Amino acid sequence: MTGPRRVLLALFAVATLTAAAADPADRLSDPAQEARARTIFRDVRCLVCQSQSIDESDAALARDLRQLVRQEVAAGKSDAEIRAYLVSRYGQFVLLAPKPSLGNAVLWIGPLLVVALGAAALLMRRGPAQDGEALTEQEEAVLAKLSSEETR
Amino acid sequence: MIDELGQFALVLALALSLAQAGLSIAARVRRDAALAGAGEGAAMGAFAAIVLGFAALIHAFVTSDFSVLNVAANSHTAKPLIYKIAGAWGSHEGSMLLWCLMLTGYGAVMAASGRLPFGLKASAVATQGLLGALFIGYMVFASNPLARIADVPVQGDSLNPLLQDPALAGHPPFLYAGYVGFSVVFSLSAAALVEGRVDPAWARWIRPWTLAAWSFLTVGITLGSYWAYYELGWGGWWAWDPVENASFMPWLMGTALLHSAAVTEKRGALASWTVLLGIGAFTLSMMGAFLVRSGVLTSVHAFAIDPKRGVLLLGILGLAAGSGLALYAWRAPTLKDEAAFTPISREGSLFLNNVLLAGATAVVLIGTLLPLIRSAIDGTPISVGAPYFNLTFTALVAPALIALPAGPLLAWKRGDLAGALTRLRIAAALALAAGLATLAFVSPRSLLAACGIALGAWVIWGALAEASDRVKLFRAPWAEVGRRAGGLPRGAWGMTLAHVGIGVFALGAAFETAWRTEATEAVTLGHTMRLGAYTLRLDSVGQYFGPNFAADRAIVRITDGAGGVFCIAAPERRLYAAGGQTVSGVAICPTLLDDVYVVFGDRRVQPGGQAAFLLRAYWNPWVRFVFAGPLLMALGGVVSLSDRRLRFALTSRLRAAAQPAPAE
Repeated sequence: MTGPRRVLLALFAVATLTAAAADPADRLSDPAQEARARTIFRDVRCLVCQSQSIDESDAALARDLRQLVRQEVAAGKSDAEIRAYLVSRYGQFVLLAPKPSLGNAVLWIGPLLVVALGAAALLMRRGPAQDGEALTEQEEAVLAKLSSEETR
Repeated sequence: MIDELGQFALVLALALSLAQAGLSIAARVRRDAALAGAGEGAAMGAFAAIVLGFAALIHAFVTSDFSVLNVAANSHTAKPLIYKIAGAWGSHEGSMLLWCLMLTGYGAVMAASGRLPFGLKASAVATQGLLGALFIGYMVFASNPLARIADVPVQGDSLNPLLQDPALAGHPPFLYAGYVGFSVVFSLSAAALVEGRVDPAWARWIRPWTLAAWSFLTVGITLGSYWAYYELGWGGWWAWDPVENASFMPWLMGTALLHSAAVTEKRGALASWTVLLGIGAFTLSMMGAFLVRSGVLTSVHAFAIDPKRGVLLLGILGLAAGSGLALYAWRAPTLKDEAAFTPISREGSLFLNNVLLAGATAVVLIGTLLPLIRSAIDGTPISVGAPYFNLTFTALVAPALIALPAGPLLAWKRGDLAGALTRLRIAAALALAAGLATLAFVSPRSLLAACGIALGAWVIWGALAEASDRVKLFRAPWAEVGRRAGGLPRGAWGMTLAHVGIGVFALGAAFETAWRTEATEAVTLGHTMRLGAYTLRLDSVGQYFGPNFAADRAIVRITDGAGGVFCIAAPERRLYAAGGQTVSGVAICPTLLDDVYVVFGDRRVQPGGQAAFLLRAYWNPWVRFVFAGPLLMALGGVVSLSDRRLRFALTSRLRAAAQPAPAE
């Protein structure tokens, strides 16, 4: 067997770039249920992958998890029930959108705090000895100078 | 021999960086022009030495010199030349050398540029020298790109085939030019704190560096995103992956910096906030470099991981950022911030922009780091992924986009919001029409996406309305309009372009996310599958050999709704024998705005015994806007950068205009 041919055989053996989430062999027969399963896939982490959801991953474990979710969907479980089931089996780590909890509160409070502090600083801003009315003569002169630099 | 010369040059660069720092500090303390000149000379020398070292590494890669560990681990004789060259920055060691090349390069340009006041310049050159010494020291002692090995292999291990791609060859240089461009802003900020002075002239000096760094970073991130889009074969362009986030944080802060520096430049306000952003942008850049290389994050794109050296990088990050922030905490209270303004004013709108961008940066920062922090504190592994980021980030950026068109129409200090909105009424009507048309004509109907389309249109038309307002379009004779357009500063055109760019991006992101269509089928030869309005027919499957890979290739005939042949796509799967990896070669059939995206998958045996092949296809409508928008933004940055007001020769006159020059 020649070299290249061996390479090609290996190619077929190694190639595991499967159709991932939408593999027709795995799909649920009811399109509505399948669509619901796909929505759930996007929120579930492929535990052995690097920061991918099971919707994106080709890993064997991701496929197992997809089949698990599909079974649950087919059994008529609600989204919340399926998520709770996954968490009970694999822990919080399995959900890509962490459930609000004390330890995760900073995810929402942190950015809000930044915005609130900033907004407060803007609204409560008081310049020293000025009331923020029209520009003073000196400021007008500076701006005029800067603007003439602009338009020249 | 050349490798040893390169090694020597790198050590020389370390010595010169230390000299640069020492001489410039001495020059500042003694107010000695000769010492300052020597410090600047050392800065240029350090850059020249790094260029030599970098050239030696490129030479080693091009000649496949496998006695160099870095080359043996990342190259292969059969690799095409361009990827041999790009391999020079494809590894941990090489990418750090590229980082140092940029760092000293920016430092040399700063040292060569005249007209900065003596004290400020000496302090900035010294700071840049200290940064250089830190990173070059790390490279020489812990991450030597030219280290030799005793047992020279006959063949190299090759570069990860995913990285053998034109977009990715260009991605790191642009990204690093962006990251490291903020180092000059960092140095100038630290110098301003040392000097205790932040004035409009200073804000104008940091502007070209900020603009250059921001534009490079924009292009770098876009190239990375485009690479992920067509190389990884998943059809998406942004996944909120930790490594993507690491590059996005300095971009967000750099964007905030561009806007706050405008306030400091024109009105002398927000001085200490602008300095903080100047320090923060490079801090986040260094953090990005650390996160990507240390292995603390798991990511599909994390590369050149080495936990041991990660600790060292963390030390460098802590030392540089810690000193910068400590200096800020100590000196910032002395900065004067005198100009007053009301909330409804140009300053107010730029401040709002900063508040929301700071919030968005906090979202990305906290979301990226919390999993690390939680597992360190109580050992609870949690995941923070796309669902969190999409929700919170959009919630913060949407108000920013809603407010954006009004900002440039408000006067400084005290603006007239009603007047600004009156001038935006046509833009508002057009945006509303775009949203309603989307709701009426695009199915399946999506209110959220229609709002996104209206928002994108609002930003675009708003930016155009502002520009036409400035040139008195339709209100003055054409000659007058032309004269005004010619007289507008490049900075104003740059702003318009960048704002149109973000609007274009919003259009693309909303449309593509809502109406992207996916289809996956096992198709036997000669049979078809449907993808929206398109029909895909698997014509044949063949094999061919590339320079360093073997490939299976499918020929897929795509016909559009009218039955005409739209495209012959040839998706493939490549096996790179050197590393044993299989990589999908996506086929993309573009129209003006959309892509039909085809991935070639496994071979399957059908129940009837015939062979079938999995085809996965996406219709990505308006995806072109997703990449064109950021490129427009970067173009806006470049146009602003070409503004002649930014030439350094002008700054001294401006300084005199802004206020009486201090005795120096």
